[in-house]
Amino acid sequence: MPRQLRRWGPPLLLISPSIILMAVFVYGLLAANAQTSMTDIHTAAQATGRAPSSFVWFDNYVALLGTEAFQHSLKNLLLYTVVFLAGTMFFGFLWAWLLDRPVRFEGVFRSIYLFPMAVSFVASGVVWRWLLNSNQGEQASGLNRLFQIVGLDFLQNNWWNNVDVGIAAIAIPAIWQLSGYVMALFLAGFRGIPEEHREAARVDGATEWQLYRHVLFPQLGPVALSAVIIVGHMSLKAFDLIMAISKPANYQTKVPAIDMYVFKSSFDYANSAAVGSILLVIVAALIIPYLIHITRTEKSK
Amino acid sequence: MRIRRTPALVTGLVAASLALAACSNGGSTTDPSSPAGGDAAEQTEVEVFTWWASGSEKLGLDALVSVFDTQHPNVEFINGAVAGGAGSAAKDLLQSRLQANDPPDTFQAHAGAELTDYINAGQIEDIANLFDEFGLRNAFPADLVDRLTVDGKIYSVPSNIHRANVVWANPTVITEAGLDPEATYASLDEWFTAFDTIQAAGFTPLSVATTWTQVHLLETVLLAELGVSTYNGLWDGTTDWAGAEVTGALEAFEKAMSYTNTDRDGLDWPDATQQVMDGQAAFNVMGDWAVAAFEEAGKAAGTDFTYFPVPGTDGVFDFLADSFTLPVGAPHPDGAKAWLETVGSLEGQVAFNKAKGSIPARTDADPAEFSEYQQTAIESFGSDQIVSSLAHGAATPIAALNAISDATSKFTTGGSDLATFQSELAAAMG
Repeated sequence: MPRQLRRWGPPLLLISPSIILMAVFVYGLLAANAQTSMTDIHTAAQATGRAPSSFVWFDNYVALLGTEAFQHSLKNLLLYTVVFLAGTMFFGFLWAWLLDRPVRFEGVFRSIYLFPMAVSFVASGVVWRWLLNSNQGEQASGLNRLFQIVGLDFLQNNWWNNVDVGIAAIAIPAIWQLSGYVMALFLAGFRGIPEEHREAARVDGATEWQLYRHVLFPQLGPVALSAVIIVGHMSLKAFDLIMAISKPANYQTKVPAIDMYVFKSSFDYANSAAVGSILLVIVAALIIPYLIHITRTEKSK
Repeated sequence: MRIRRTPALVTGLVAASLALAACSNGGSTTDPSSPAGGDAAEQTEVEVFTWWASGSEKLGLDALVSVFDTQHPNVEFINGAVAGGAGSAAKDLLQSRLQANDPPDTFQAHAGAELTDYINAGQIEDIANLFDEFGLRNAFPADLVDRLTVDGKIYSVPSNIHRANVVWANPTVITEAGLDPEATYASLDEWFTAFDTIQAAGFTPLSVATTWTQVHLLETVLLAELGVSTYNGLWDGTTDWAGAEVTGALEAFEKAMSYTNTDRDGLDWPDATQQVMDGQAAFNVMGDWAVAAFEEAGKAAGTDFTYFPVPGTDGVFDFLADSFTLPVGAPHPDGAKAWLETVGSLEGQVAFNKAKGSIPARTDADPAEFSEYQQTAIESFGSDQIVSSLAHGAATPIAALNAISDATSKFTTGGSDLATFQSELAAAMG
């Protein structure tokens, strides 16, 4: 026993503060959130204990998932995530591939692509709100006006004010901001591949395309997966960009995080917590398989 | 990728020191509150929580504070103003503070039904006795005191009154469209006829902005179409939201929205008012805080812009008011009472409202001290029937207003038809 204590004691002591902090501020609060989400605390009076509240298990979840409004939010979230992911992966990969070949001024291009990431979503959101103005015709401004100037009038549209697919327009600034980051990930991936692989392929007479297609691309799988996870979880938590471009009450750009905010401002803590838990489950559905995958590959190595 | 030991160790140390810091903070909390029941003359302070952080609102608060400093030199004013989101950032923070039993000494809130949540949660005190002590019951119009009274109790002192049912118009645009800028419109239908002419001339007939301004428009249309008693019935349950009368009013709202600018959802009220100033739009329905925007832009009333009550609401004053409360457990209740006394005083109300552009809630202020628009508003407030504003928290609790806003946004972006809209409104008020 003392020997075991001597072996496990010091490391355990060392990490115990972080374990305790995590236990209280992450898992403890998650539990408190889950608990609130299973009560019927829908008013301020119930939250302060002046009116009775009771435990209702999953009633809030059932009711919430059954409302058309929340289904609309979930549909918006899905659409936003798909467009955001596809856009950042496409542009990020394209730019990394272009910069992987010997290019002049590579550093300059790299910085240009990466710069948007330094801007906060809120700041760029304000500018994109002007660019994505939905006026068309004579009173057009922003991108619609630009389309008119270059004679592409047919491209004019009402952007994020389209009730069905408007949320996809908000993914445009998000793609603009994060593509550079994905590019950096892929570029690091390309550079991480030993030079010998390229040389070996060239010695074997592979064309440049064959070299990329059969030697380099397959080795980027783990990088691509990380990029999908990072961008995907950011997308699922989308809130600030939407708040900056649209408004919390705008139906066309509702996502669960916005619903959570509106419920909270209505003193409806139970539904707010329920939306939070649903978001957590959605993000977990993305992250947990990834973590399992990573641990398995680590072990097999 | 193998996990290296060193970072884990560093993280552990950082976490440990954080935990220690947290402990020491928790242990040494000093209690700044003075003993309860202190003498009124004793040196104290008052933290006043508002969202008046910029523009005419800030000027108003500054003017009020200078009166407060003369009336109560022994109470130190501490500005707890929170900027952002037209008050939503402040309300958000206030909600957390009240929930954590850490209230400010007094906070700004819209007078009326918006206080319901705080009242039911037992977070604000009944201050009817202060109304008697400061002689406020007869200083405010009886209609207003009625609207502030809940089960015989009063929870806030109104500082200023705004009118919501005002149309702001650009006479140049109206003339260019071939209409008489002096014309008055007896009903919404007459107004819509003028809209057709203005639209044909290539102008936006009616400018509007994001959801809350659409709810603001909705409330004035409801008022115009339903009349005072039916409109009031919407909030006390005597008018059927699902009834045919409301359907008719919503059809008028739908028609009004069809004349508005398409970029509305990305704008806030100053942008919509700006469209009238710039000659893009002919009319804008907005509360009378808009007059400050026109004046700041150097526009003259009568020539550069005109104003009149929303057609069909002449003789009705659709009111909203800011007010101050006494939270339960306020650290400095004496400071708060001193603040409430100044807020309710004639001197305080005149100084504040002259700077902010609203009108005093008291009826004994001398209209001659105010601007031209304010004088007309003071006169209307004294003689018109007073009804409560929906969009600004006077008519319904926050949750109902949020539900109505959601339904309105869904309808105006094409996410629902009129019948669905009406049933969602009925559900929101249910």
